[in-house]
Amino acid sequence: MPDAPQRSFAALAGVAALMAALIALPFLAKWAGQPALIPLASRILIYAIAAASLNLALGYGGMVSFGHAAFFGLGGYVVGVLYQAYVGDARVFGLFPGTNQLLVTLPLAMLVSGALALAIGALSLRTAGVQFIMITLAFAQMLFYLFVSLKAYGGDDGLIVRRRNVLFDLDARDDATFYFFCLAAATLVFVALWRIVVSRFGLILGGLRQNETRMEAIGVAPYRYKLAAFVLSGMGAGLAGALMANLLRFVSPDMLHWTKSGELMIMVILGGVGTLFGPLLGAAAFIALETFLTAWTEHWQLALGPILLVVVLFTRGGLHALLARLSGRRS
Amino acid sequence: MTLVLEQLLNGVQYGVMLFLLAAGLTLIFGIMGVINLAHGSLYMVGAYAAAVVAAKTGSLWLALPAGLAAAAAVGMAMELVVLRRLYDRDHLDQVLATFALILIFNQAVTILAGRQPLFVAAPAALNGSIEIVAGLTYPIYRLAVIAVGLVVAIGLYLLVNRTRAGMLVRAGATHRDMVRALGVDIRLLYTAVFGLGALLAGLAGVMAGPLLAVQVGMGEQILIMTFVVVVIGGVGSIRGAFFGALVVGVVDTLLRAFLPGLLRQVMSGPEADALGAGLSSMGVYLLMAIVLLIRPKGLFPAHA
Repeated sequence: MPDAPQRSFAALAGVAALMAALIALPFLAKWAGQPALIPLASRILIYAIAAASLNLALGYGGMVSFGHAAFFGLGGYVVGVLYQAYVGDARVFGLFPGTNQLLVTLPLAMLVSGALALAIGALSLRTAGVQFIMITLAFAQMLFYLFVSLKAYGGDDGLIVRRRNVLFDLDARDDATFYFFCLAAATLVFVALWRIVVSRFGLILGGLRQNETRMEAIGVAPYRYKLAAFVLSGMGAGLAGALMANLLRFVSPDMLHWTKSGELMIMVILGGVGTLFGPLLGAAAFIALETFLTAWTEHWQLALGPILLVVVLFTRGGLHALLARLSGRRS
Repeated sequence: MTLVLEQLLNGVQYGVMLFLLAAGLTLIFGIMGVINLAHGSLYMVGAYAAAVVAAKTGSLWLALPAGLAAAAAVGMAMELVVLRRLYDRDHLDQVLATFALILIFNQAVTILAGRQPLFVAAPAALNGSIEIVAGLTYPIYRLAVIAVGLVVAIGLYLLVNRTRAGMLVRAGATHRDMVRALGVDIRLLYTAVFGLGALLAGLAGVMAGPLLAVQVGMGEQILIMTFVVVVIGGVGSIRGAFFGALVVGVVDTLLRAFLPGLLRQVMSGPEADALGAGLSSMGVYLLMAIVLLIRPKGLFPAHA
């Protein structure tokens, strides 16, 4: 068992190596003649943002949300609706003009998703356990059907974002440029999550997950802390959704469907609940498996199913725990 | 008026199907504490087994036992091989594992039966319609489904409330550890309850054959509705599952039938249809949210 300074040094070195690899990835992909890997990596980073945000509520806060597709999808729709108004030279809700500036659309997506998370969280947190799972699902499904029935925003077909948002004059049409946008966003999110988790707020959140009654006894009002974590979690998912709408240049009710909530949850559990980098591992593993197994056989789900089953039955704590055990860091 | 009555019957018929699934799910949920996402797969297995046997032999009366047996067998195997290892894990592990099972079942059925939806004809004896009140003819098959559902509900009520096995089930739902401490073979009880739940899901699948297309993915569609029913009714409560299922079935059916028409009074046709379809799909979830906000444990909580 290495002592604490050595361990934090190893962790720092690991993060630095990961960053270097992620920065080098587009260049390596082009050099290896595999440019299709770049959007794939962007997809992984985006899902990692969404899954890591979900993990703040689910893993650290113990709030099992089955409705994060609502925040993810709404973030995407913010980009879609603003773009629709921008090209149509119309006003959104007749109030303000549309835009395709990334620095406007992304924060706005976070804001709108955060507001939705505040409303949903404020109501849902009155329940707990299985009921909480189901009520978050219920709200997400309501939003899904709302967007399916809104013909003004494409209904079932969704909205096409013909060109990706721009950063001032910098065009993100190039996949590598857009990848670096995603990498920057993911880095910011993971640093923010790390700061949150080690802060006083994060410690209280962890305490509430473990024993709410005791935390109340020492004078913590659980509701406010949990709601704050839920809102932050929703904002992160909204950011991911806005990036996804840019990556795919398309947003549809599919992004709001409960299966999307399920996928995000699977990524978190697969990677490791309540760990900082678990969701990144989970997103990478899930997307990579899906991509490579699809290329290999049309019955890819028959291969994915047993893999997931083995992970859950035998790793206890997902890929993160598996890696930690392999590297001998947990005795 | 006859139109309303007809839609009410449709709603009851849908509710009865939901009840068959929800009864098993709520018991598994309440007694073993397992969130079984693959419960819908058992419904699909029952439907497919019945559809294939019906196509091969031409007899729905042979298809019925085949569907029931297939669902119960697959369900018990699932419990023995996978779920038994998950009882003492947290809900998240159960969600991931049973999600994996859904993938496996869906692909296995696709490979075995193909992607084309199967269609099953109702048995000749139940074909046609009868006039139940003046001016309203209603398909006999749907009435038979309602009757079967009600009989099963009464049977389950008697089983759970009037027999020794049922007493163990009720005790297991409220004081699991105490039942174990009293020397009851809890593993046998678990497998039996799981088998019963699978059997009911299979029955729902078999009966769904002549009403809906039998296809991969049918399980997930109804699964979410079933969870809604279980949560509205109160986790672990058979009575809750019954009333929850009827409420959900009737509300959903009535909204779908009448909301677009009502909206058409105030807006143009296509827009009203789109909005009506969306709002009526939302209705059930809105109902669940309201119920949970007023009674966070559902209408008939078992652990009161």
